[in-house]
Amino acid sequence: MTLLTVTGLHVRSAEGRDLVSDVSFTLGAGERLGLIGESGSGKSMTALAIMGLAPPGMTVSGGVVFDAPGLGRTDVVTAGERRLTSLRGRATSTVFQEPLTALDPLMRVGRQVAEPLRRRRGLRGRALHAAVRAALEEVRLADPDRIARAYPHEISGGQRQRVAIAMALACDPALLIADEPTTALDVTVQAEVLTLLDGLVEERGMALLFISHDLAVVSRIAERVIVLKNGVAVESGSVGEVVNAPRHPYTRELVGSARRLDGALEWRTS
Amino acid sequence: MSAGRRRVSRRVPRSATLIAGCVLAGLVLAVAVVSFFWLPYAPDDTTGGRLMPPGLPHLLGTDKLGRDLLTQLMIGARVALEAGAGAVLIGGLVGLAGGLAAGFATRWLDDTLSALLDILIAFPTVLLAMLVTAAREASLGSAIIAIGLAMSAIVARLTRVLVKRVLAQDFITASRTSGTSWPRVVVEHVLPNIWPTLSVNLALQFGLAVLAEASLSYLGLGAPPPNASWGRMLQEAQASVFIAPAGVIAPGVLLVVLVVGVNLIADGVRDVADPTRRRTR
Ligand SMILES: Nc1ncnc2c1ncn2[C@@H]1O[C@H](COP(=O)(O)OP(=O)(O)OP(=O)(O)O)[C@@H](O)[C@H]1O
Ligand SMILES: [Mg+2]
Repeated sequence: MTLLTVTGLHVRSAEGRDLVSDVSFTLGAGERLGLIGESGSGKSMTALAIMGLAPPGMTVSGGVVFDAPGLGRTDVVTAGERRLTSLRGRATSTVFQEPLTALDPLMRVGRQVAEPLRRRRGLRGRALHAAVRAALEEVRLADPDRIARAYPHEISGGQRQRVAIAMALACDPALLIADEPTTALDVTVQAEVLTLLDGLVEERGMALLFISHDLAVVSRIAERVIVLKNGVAVESGSVGEVVNAPRHPYTRELVGSARRLDGALEWRTS
Repeated sequence: MSAGRRRVSRRVPRSATLIAGCVLAGLVLAVAVVSFFWLPYAPDDTTGGRLMPPGLPHLLGTDKLGRDLLTQLMIGARVALEAGAGAVLIGGLVGLAGGLAAGFATRWLDDTLSALLDILIAFPTVLLAMLVTAAREASLGSAIIAIGLAMSAIVARLTRVLVKRVLAQDFITASRTSGTSWPRVVVEHVLPNIWPTLSVNLALQFGLAVLAEASLSYLGLGAPPPNASWGRMLQEAQASVFIAPAGVIAPGVLLVVLVVGVNLIADGVRDVADPTRRRTR
């Protein structure tokens, strides 16, 4: 079943610059798509446009149609704010790149995780407290009670990103969008968070849109991949196809540099 | 969780400036509260003889009309606090509403509102007070309205900047992606995040409003007699400052005590309102 159909998505800035041009893809329930490209290529903008959250002043055109089970068909580009608000969280939710700024600095972590649980599942009081604890345990946070009482600046970057994942999953969305969720983390923590995300998405049968500039990371977690350059999808296909037989020069460059890095690592560790 | 928020009040960190500020401002507040129940003399009692020096039975002496200075000073404390609180209430509410609107506005609407605020800020408070007084009458209420309106422009401009800064943060987008409506985003995230800075500014504005009321009363644009205001006491005592210095010193000192106290509170509030600034947990 198709969950998300994007056809000819176009985002134009207030000054008339084309940030995303003619991007099309489909995403089925439980499918995993990687979106890859250099900094400024329009990856985040694509993700925001999909949720109907493009910054004010931008013009979005094309089709973004969600067909989530139990929510009916919605065209995000034309839908009103009320419809979109009820769609967000259930159809999609997001994990962002920078975990410090993705959490409210003045709100205790437990309260931030509680918010979607309260709203989506209608939990209150003790049941809510237990659900927050469970959500924090699910993302493998040791000492969830301490974390729940802490403010974001009082926990580590890796812990923050786990909290952000817990918040996104608490909505129980059909599609999880992860916008460079591991870029701000150091390499060992990166691997842990990636494994965690992989497992949790698998368990829940969620679809995943994984954004990164790192081909190695995307090929670990996604099945298919779209390569974005200056807002244009220059190549798309299964991870195997793109990695083994890149057609576009830019993709070749990406694959080449990933291989060189791999090679250097093997040479050093051997 | 609500339990998480409630715990804050139980471990409010001690802040020396906050305590000092509360003591100073509390002193004036105590005087004002007492004035409602007890005054040494009636405010319009002129039987004490003119310009009596401090002593008995008039502890601080009398003014040029023979009224008891301590009595006037106590009523003045009440008036000063009413002026500060009233102006902050008006300025805070109007300013917050305007600032939120401007903070959410984009492009031409934002530009228009910003220009409007700049004009309002440049508008002299005294002129505004004269206009309000002309429309109503010379009273404490008119002075409070004028000071509050002048303050609202400043509060609105600050609020606008703070709101824009918060809205640009990822956690707002993150909250929106999980389906939080705009009104909830404002209540849950925007207001708490602008509050630490805004509350400090409002406390400072309280001090400025007290001074502004004194200035307006000094110019005859404040509360009419017998509602003594420190500003009018200063003005009336000015001519006789060398014969009867108490008439100038007493209201002057209390004015300074209140404003310094409120400013210290403002400083202390900054440390308490923002958990990221707290050292101890
Ligand atoms: N609010 C905005 N107003 C105008 N232009 C914007 C805005 N946000 C982003 N852009 C522009 O849109 C383009 C795409 O940005 P986007 O954030 O999607 O890049 P990205 O691929 O996510 O990059 P990164 O890997 O650095 O996150 C950039 O050229 C950027 O300058
Ligand atoms: Mg990005």
